[in-house]
Amino acid sequence: MNKLQLPSYKEQAPEVAERFRKLKEREVILETADLTKKFEVEKGAVTALEKVSFKAYRREFLSVIGPSGCGKSTLIRILSGLETATEGSVLLDGKPVTKPGPERGMVFQGYTLFPWLSVKKNVMFGLEVAGRSRNGAEAEALQWIEMVGLEKFVDHYPAQLSGGMQQRVAIARALANQPRVLLMDEPFGALDAQTRAKMQSYLLQIWRNVDITIIFITHDLDEAVYLSDRILVLDANPGRVNEMIEVPVARPRSSKQHLNPEYLATKAHIESLIHPPGDDDDDTLPMIKLTKAGDEIV
Amino acid sequence: MSWFLMQKDLPGRKRLMLIITSFLLPLAVWSVISYTPFIWHPLMKVVDAGDSLYVEEGQRISISVFEQENQRLKESGGSVITGVRANPVYLPPPHKVLTAVYTAFKTEPRRPGDPWLHESLVHSIRVVFYGFMLSSIIGVPLGIMCGVFDFFSKLTEPFFEFFRYMPAPVFGALAVAVLGINDSPKIAIIFIGTFFQQVLVIANTTRQLPSPLLEAAQTLGAEGITLFKKVVLPAIAPHVFLDMRILLGWAWTYLIVAEVVGTSTGITWFINQQAKYRIYENVYAAILMIGLIGLFTDMVLAWIGRNLFVWTGGRRSSFFQMLVEFVSTPRDKTFSIVDKRGLRHE
Ligand SMILES: Nc1ncnc2c1ncn2[C@@H]1O[C@H](COP(=O)(O)OP(=O)(O)OP(=O)(O)O)[C@@H](O)[C@H]1O
Ligand SMILES: [Mg+2]
Repeated sequence: MNKLQLPSYKEQAPEVAERFRKLKEREVILETADLTKKFEVEKGAVTALEKVSFKAYRREFLSVIGPSGCGKSTLIRILSGLETATEGSVLLDGKPVTKPGPERGMVFQGYTLFPWLSVKKNVMFGLEVAGRSRNGAEAEALQWIEMVGLEKFVDHYPAQLSGGMQQRVAIARALANQPRVLLMDEPFGALDAQTRAKMQSYLLQIWRNVDITIIFITHDLDEAVYLSDRILVLDANPGRVNEMIEVPVARPRSSKQHLNPEYLATKAHIESLIHPPGDDDDDTLPMIKLTKAGDEIV
Repeated sequence: MSWFLMQKDLPGRKRLMLIITSFLLPLAVWSVISYTPFIWHPLMKVVDAGDSLYVEEGQRISISVFEQENQRLKESGGSVITGVRANPVYLPPPHKVLTAVYTAFKTEPRRPGDPWLHESLVHSIRVVFYGFMLSSIIGVPLGIMCGVFDFFSKLTEPFFEFFRYMPAPVFGALAVAVLGINDSPKIAIIFIGTFFQQVLVIANTTRQLPSPLLEAAQTLGAEGITLFKKVVLPAIAPHVFLDMRILLGWAWTYLIVAEVVGTSTGITWFINQQAKYRIYENVYAAILMIGLIGLFTDMVLAWIGRNLFVWTGGRRSSFFQMLVEFVSTPRDKTFSIVDKRGLRHE
């Protein structure tokens, strides 16, 4: 088998390089400085994150990827204010983040729609909390519901929707607050492959139409490369920044690009960061044969 | 399809049949024992006392006494006792009990001034109602606070955990000493029996609130009292409602103890009185009535629950919608159900 010769993931086509140059000229929306998080457990402390620093620019799509348990969820929970860092700081528009707030919308992996509220009321939730009048909130909520393509389901309860639809409502609900950043923790993790692909394309469309910075957590390489401007790769134990990768794939993205050399090169590189060569041995199960399979597979 | 499938619901028809059978089965057993003379019937009911000096008409005597007495009468040449096989008085046949359910309401109390059956029932319901209300007014908010804030939980629950192991009835004498002999000590017993369980049960239910919901609400800007009102309360409401249905059942079981505290009153008094008169069909009728009231209240509450918490899979019936609108809509508006049928002209 002849090995495919891939370009370096660092090679950027002129228009891609131009895009990154412009991106970095934009204002910094979210910035972390030396974030460290230690959890107190029975025997001492677990360091979930160690000195994580990065910046996210306005309207950037930034993914965070890393092996399971590397602290991705911990990181995004600190960004949202649901968890406080042991050391270091998070700045949103230059101001430190201390508690959860509507300027940082969040979409969770599990379904967190309020089951007692209809789709419309769910999306109106943040607006009503913010003290908006009922009619104003309703009109605005309907716009967001339309944006995620669920206008036929405004009066449905969450339990009457499929998983993908529920996540779309969750996105609409978070966006209705017009947050500065949208934090997403493996939002499509629980969906089947087909729905997941559809949701990715929905998300890109929404992102294109709205002035929003997205921090997107995933452990799916394809998802990260397909969606992101940049990808923050974390190491596990303790969670540290391994590399910040600029994805050299041009926009607008489409699933056709999955076979482009720069796409494959980026994927291969992240793969090698997350699963260093020689790491495979751990994946082999011990050979215990209980019955003869008959037609033995070697 | 088989009747026996593990963890599968039966279709509606079969279900209904089984539900009806569950009531018919005990009734059938009861009928068989009551109406088949050769099954059980351990006594003889005297039809004609003959020359016997010991028995009188209508009396129930054991079969051996009956035979001995007749033996004696035959030997002395007197006319014998005649009788039919009968069950003891404490097991009246179904039809007698069923008629008693109706006639018990119509029978005047033996002693003037004693309460009628319906008065006894109302008295009982009132005691349960006040006891349960009083308990709920304090218990529900406290339970919810305990479920939300560890502060309240640790401040109250350890003691309640201990207190609930002291059976409510043991406080009967104390309650009378403190509150006198009227309804107050009875209400107190129901309160004691319900309250501590209630706080613990509702605190536990509240603790089951999925924290992602709270977190999601926080990232949407809700905090403090808003978070409590807009997320905690609606999220736990259906579960607390279910708890309340179960707790109300417990409160009912304390009723019988409560009613013999101080002076005997209510349905318990009625039952004891009827037992004293040996009118056992009335005893059964009264017991049946308690069961029916319990079942009926629970069914009404279940129905309200289904209509109130539609997102748990129920549906709001148009009757309920009308009730809601009746209480909450200004009088100059038409009901939405009328609107829907196009009867309204703008
Ligand atoms: N509340 C907690 N108490 C103690 N340890 C915790 C807590 N939350 C997370 N951890 C630890 O911190 C580390 C990072 O966890 P985290 O959930 O952030 O990982 P993750 O990257 O999101 O993993 P996954 O891909 O499986 O979702 C893990 O080792 C985990 O055991
Ligand atoms: Mg995670």
